[in-house]
Amino acid sequence: MIENDYARKLTVLVCIWAALVLAPYWMPPLGGYTALGTRVLILGLAAMSVNFLLGFTGVLSFGHAAYFGLGAYGAGLSLKYLAPSTPLSLVMGMLLGGLAGAILGTLIVRRRGVYFAMVTIAFGQVFYYIAFQWSSLTGGDDGLRGFSRQPLDLGLFKIDILSNADNFYFFVLFCFAIIAAVMGFILKSPFGRTMLAIRENERRARFLGIPVERHIWIAFTLSCFFMGFAGALYALLNNFADPKGLHFSQSGDFVMMAVMGGMRSFWGPLLGAAVFVVLQDYLSSVTVNWMSFVGLLFVLVVLFFPRGLLGVIRRKLVS
Amino acid sequence: MFQLLLFNVTNGLIIGAFYVLMALGLSLILNLSNVINFAHGGFLVVGGYIAYTITPYVGFWGALLIAPPLTAAIGLATERVLIRPLYGRDPLYSLLLTFGLAFIFEDGTRFIWGAQGKPVTVPAILAQPLSNEFFFITGYRLFMVLVVIIAVSVLFVLLRFTRLGIRIRAGTLDLETVSALGVNVRMLRSLNFAVGIFLAGLSGVLAAGQLGLEPTMGAGLLMPSFIAIIVGGVGSLTGTLLGGLLIGVASGVTAVFLPAASEAIMYVLMAVVLLIRPRGLLGEEGMMT
Repeated sequence: MIENDYARKLTVLVCIWAALVLAPYWMPPLGGYTALGTRVLILGLAAMSVNFLLGFTGVLSFGHAAYFGLGAYGAGLSLKYLAPSTPLSLVMGMLLGGLAGAILGTLIVRRRGVYFAMVTIAFGQVFYYIAFQWSSLTGGDDGLRGFSRQPLDLGLFKIDILSNADNFYFFVLFCFAIIAAVMGFILKSPFGRTMLAIRENERRARFLGIPVERHIWIAFTLSCFFMGFAGALYALLNNFADPKGLHFSQSGDFVMMAVMGGMRSFWGPLLGAAVFVVLQDYLSSVTVNWMSFVGLLFVLVVLFFPRGLLGVIRRKLVS
Repeated sequence: MFQLLLFNVTNGLIIGAFYVLMALGLSLILNLSNVINFAHGGFLVVGGYIAYTITPYVGFWGALLIAPPLTAAIGLATERVLIRPLYGRDPLYSLLLTFGLAFIFEDGTRFIWGAQGKPVTVPAILAQPLSNEFFFITGYRLFMVLVVIIAVSVLFVLLRFTRLGIRIRAGTLDLETVSALGVNVRMLRSLNFAVGIFLAGLSGVLAAGQLGLEPTMGAGLLMPSFIAIIVGGVGSLTGTLLGGLLIGVASGVTAVFLPAASEAIMYVLMAVVLLIRPRGLLGEEGMMT
C-alpha cells in the first residue's frame, strides 16, 4: 500500500513537471500563448506561497499581495536605478518583500483568527498607499515604468529572455522549480511538521513546548520571501510594476486561487492559479462585466467546492 | 493657523463620526458571527444609490428614512441565502464569499447606474454654511454628526436595555451558552446582521449627500473602518467608537502639517497600538485571539 502510494505520487510529479516543461509546445495549439503560461507559473508560485501559510500553518493572511507588489517594485527599482541585471533584481525584490514581511510579522503574529486576517489586510494596504503617494519614486497611479528584463549573462554565452517568450518561460520555470523545491523541503523538515501541528491543534502544540508565535513568524516571513520572489518575476514578465499589485483585492485573488485549487495539497494552488488566470483572461476578453463573474466564481466555490478542485478529485479517488 | 487647525480637527471629527457608523456595523457582525464582511462597503454603496433613486419621489428626508431599511432587507436576504451556510466553517470562507459579493456589488451598481459619479442634492437648509467665520461647518456636516450621534445612541440603548440587545451582547461572549439557554441563535444572527447592514445603508445615504456617489467608493471607505476596529479592539463596540473618532481626528490634524500622510497616519496609529497594546485600546484579552 505504501509502495503503491509512493509510485502514485511519483507518477503525479512526473506528469506535472512534464506538462510544465512542455507547456510552450502544447499551449499554442490549444489557443493559449506562452506569456499566459508564464503568468500562470508566477501567480501559481504566489498562490503556493500564500498557501504555505494558509494551508500548512493554518493562519489566514489576507494581505499577501503587499509583499508580492513589494517584490515587483524591488525588482523594477533595482533594474532602473541600481544595475541592469536580472538576477540582482530578483534578489532585491525578494529581499524587499521578505524583510517587510519579517518586520511587520512581529506585530501581526500576536493575533489569531479573524483578527489576524484583519491586521494583515490593513497592514497590506500601507504599501499600497506608499506606492500610490510616492510618485517621484514609484510612478504613483501610473505604475513604475522604464525598465526591462536583461539578457542572462552566463559567462560563456548570453540567453536572450527579453524578446524570446519561450526562453523567458523556461527561465521562470527554472526559478519556480527552485522555490518549489525549497518549499517542499521545508514542509518535509521537522519545522514543516511543526507547522502542521500548529495548524491541527495550536493549543496542544503549545503544551508540547513549541514556541507557536515564533514558528508562525518564521512561516510568515518565509512565505513573504517567496512572495517577494514571485512579485519580482511578475515585474520582469510585464516590465512594469503597478500599485494594483499591492492592493488587497489582489490578495483576495491569491487566496481564491489557493482555495479553488485545494488548500490542503502542495500543487493545488498552482492548479487554482491556472484555472483562475485562464478564466479571467477569457472573461475579460468577452465581457466588460467580468468582475461580476469573478465575484460569482468566489461565491460558487465557497458554497459548493470549499475543498477545491484537488479536494474533490481526491474524494472521488478514495470512494 | 488656529482656524486651520480647528478646521481640520472638526473635519476629522466629522469624518471620524462617519467611520464610526460604518465600523460599528462591521463590528457587530464580526463580534457575533465571526464574519469579516468585506461587502460592507458594497452595502453602503447600494444604500446610497437606493437613496439617489428614490429621492426624486420622496425627497431627501424620505430617502433617509426608507433607504437604510431597504438596504437592511437586502442584507437580511443575503445573510439567509449565502452566509448562513458558512457559520460552522472556517472564517476564511465567509471572508472569501463577502469578498466576491463586494465585486458583484461594485460591478452591479456600475451596470445599473453607470460608472459616472452621481450627486445627491441635500435640502437647501442643510446646504448653507452656518456663519462666515466658520465657513467650513455647513449645516449638512452638523446634520451628519447629529444623525450619527442619534444612531449610535439608539444602538447602544438597544444593546443595553432590550432583550435582543442583551442577547446579542451575550452571544458575543459565548454563543454556545446562549444557544443552550433556548435562544434562537439563527434568528439572532440574522437580526444582528440586518442591524449592521442598516448602519451601512445609513452611512451610504449620508455619504451620498457629502461625497456624491461612485461605484468604487465602498472599497475606499472599508479600510478606515477596519483600522477603527483594530485600534479600538475587536470585541468592543465602545472601542470601535473611540477608534473611529481617533483615526478621524489624527488624519485631520495630519492634513494640516503633512497632507500626503493624512491617509498613512491611520496605519501608523494602528501599528503603534498593536505594538503597545496588541488587543487594541478597549479590547479584552482572550477575545477573538
